[in-house]
Amino acid sequence: MTLTRFVTKNALRNKRRSSLTVLSIGFSLLLLTLMMAIWRNFYLKEGSEVSALRLVTRHKVSLTFSMPSYYREKIRALPGVAVVVPQNWFGGVYKDDKSRNFFAQFGTDPEEFFKVYKDWEIPEDQIVAWQRDRAGAVVDSKKAEEFGWKVGQKVIITGTIFPTNLELTIRGIFNAPQPTQALYYNQKYVEEAVPYMKGQQGFYTILADSPESVARIGPAIDAMFRNSPQPTRTETERAFQLGFLAMLGNVKAFILSICGAVVFAILLVSANTMAMSIRERTREVAVLKTLGFTRRTILGLFVGEAIVVALVGGVVGSVAAFLIGVGAGKTGGMMGALQVSLPTILVAWFVAALVGFISAVVPSYNASRLNIVDGLRHIG
Amino acid sequence: MAIPISYNIRNMKLRKGLTIMTALGIALTVTTAIFIMALLAGLQRAFVTSGNPLNVLVLRKGSTSELTGPFPAENFQVLKTLPGVAKDSHGDPLVSGEVTVVIVLARRDGSGEVNVTVRGMMQDGLELRPAVKLAQGRWFAPGQREIVVSNSIHKRFQHADVGDSVEFGKGSWQVVGVFDAGGTAYESEMWGDVNQMTSDFDRQGVYSSAYLRATDAVSAEALKNRVSDDQRLKLDSMLETEYYAKQTSSGAVIRTIGWIVAVIMAIGSSFAAMNTMYAAAAYRSREIATLRVIGFSRSSILTSFVLEAVLLSLLGAGVGIVLMLPFNGMTTGTQNQTTFSEVVFGLQMTPGVVGSAIIFALAMGLIGGFAPAWHAARQNILNALRG
Repeated sequence: MTLTRFVTKNALRNKRRSSLTVLSIGFSLLLLTLMMAIWRNFYLKEGSEVSALRLVTRHKVSLTFSMPSYYREKIRALPGVAVVVPQNWFGGVYKDDKSRNFFAQFGTDPEEFFKVYKDWEIPEDQIVAWQRDRAGAVVDSKKAEEFGWKVGQKVIITGTIFPTNLELTIRGIFNAPQPTQALYYNQKYVEEAVPYMKGQQGFYTILADSPESVARIGPAIDAMFRNSPQPTRTETERAFQLGFLAMLGNVKAFILSICGAVVFAILLVSANTMAMSIRERTREVAVLKTLGFTRRTILGLFVGEAIVVALVGGVVGSVAAFLIGVGAGKTGGMMGALQVSLPTILVAWFVAALVGFISAVVPSYNASRLNIVDGLRHIG
Repeated sequence: MAIPISYNIRNMKLRKGLTIMTALGIALTVTTAIFIMALLAGLQRAFVTSGNPLNVLVLRKGSTSELTGPFPAENFQVLKTLPGVAKDSHGDPLVSGEVTVVIVLARRDGSGEVNVTVRGMMQDGLELRPAVKLAQGRWFAPGQREIVVSNSIHKRFQHADVGDSVEFGKGSWQVVGVFDAGGTAYESEMWGDVNQMTSDFDRQGVYSSAYLRATDAVSAEALKNRVSDDQRLKLDSMLETEYYAKQTSSGAVIRTIGWIVAVIMAIGSSFAAMNTMYAAAAYRSREIATLRVIGFSRSSILTSFVLEAVLLSLLGAGVGIVLMLPFNGMTTGTQNQTTFSEVVFGLQMTPGVVGSAIIFALAMGLIGGFAPAWHAARQNILNALRG
């Protein structure tokens, strides 16, 4: 019998205990994997190449203040800027005032919109149809699916911020790499209905011509408008999105404290199991020693057993988390943050193995130091 | 006949290490649950206790928050003269036309920038909100570029001490005072003079909202209906308390994520408790058999073991509650889904939260303890005695 087989046999000796431990560790690691996935998707993952080329310029005070329309041409004239489009938050309600009917609608310029968002997929003829119809709109495929919207359908959106309603026709359905859940319409439509919006824009999205230009454009735009009545704040698309996350509260601290609690909890569970099983085997340890097994081997046997049990729990948990992530990814939106990637799973396994190791060190060390005579005398 | 509880307690003491580790595991889960429930309780309190039931809030028709819809200032003159409006200390109608805007402030700890509500109000605005007390400095003076900030903004954001100046609108504003709003939604605001603000933000001739104080509850209802039904005004009105009650939905994200986390952790802890109780039953199989021989019934063994699991979880709950006590009252913020600005609230460990945490732990103990107890009660006496 090899030592590996000895370890696995021992791990399976008390099947009920091992499976309870695996389940307990598995559930905790499921949570840990999901939390790490969220962290990775929010803070570590780089967007697509095109996304890294995009910047957002807003009013310095906050997003609720608008900027003059002529900023667009001034920004476009800067070196390194490829395309600029304005965007305006409409904040309307579809059908009735229920939270599920609340989604983002932006007024923009159909002529250049898909030049900035060139990584979004939409058939060319749909773009043209949208450009030709002032009351046309394009919508994210996930949102269209959710509401059952088809191309050509009429959609009425009631205004809450602006005293007007949008009566739009869906002209196109696009696929974004990260689902936006948003609808885009022609801002001229709102400008005509709401006179005070004429010549005003909410924020600008800019596409830089090269990655080198990105770092240069931001400060250049902000310097240009610094002393005007409407100073600006320009940041990368990613920083802009993270800004929204920061408003939800201290998300980082929230995730970290949950991860800390989970790791500590599995440490306790694993240590508990190992303490119980080593204690039961005191007499066996003495027998092993009598047979000539060294202290080091005995230490290794127990630590190995703990790592095996914890790892199995880790694999069960992370695979479950992966499946949840796949399911959540299909719904799009914020739930997409639950998608688990391979590096995250590997980190989860590493954490599981580490926890198994740490939890077994003290009881195994004590067992390996056992006096043979005491051990043989030990009664259960 | 029941087995005395002291038997269980002695047994738990006998294997201290095991008891402590299992209880700590449960305690961690309880801490997580308390943390989430205390957050929600604090948020609930921030909204539910906000507002005066006699204050009627007027918005443009179709607008859902103070932030979104301006209405012409002429309408305000009509509102002032409506019957049922109370008088202020000078004998004038107790009303305030207000403008609210959102500005971005940097957090003191450098963890990012957050939207904060700035409210411009008339002098009567202060009299309309008697629950808000001045904590430092003085109130803003009419016609001056002065603001007072709430206690939690003072604590959480840069440049929010008395004497500092904050840049927004068309220049800098002097912070002249700090007010204490007692954990209500006003804790997330900065206040100043309405006329200064409308000119700074180019909102002359419009108000975002108006507040009217009714003389009593009946006239508050009457005022509300009268304003909403008047077709010329194109305004909508509601009681201030109703307005804030609707905003409690801002906690939805925390609630969903929080419960998922707590339930997954609880399942994990239940398995761990089950493990401990199975071990306890295995160690004591001869003892249990002896008890059975003496004449204790199966059901009393079952009860005794379930009780032990429950005691274990209660111990965990106790430790968890003690661990969370230092965090009680700690303030944090999240985004208000209606106004898009930060709402600041404290962690509130109300009796309800503590009670739910104990019930939560009890459930873990019962789920974790029942199967092992069943196993212990059903075992064969002879085999156990021999083993």
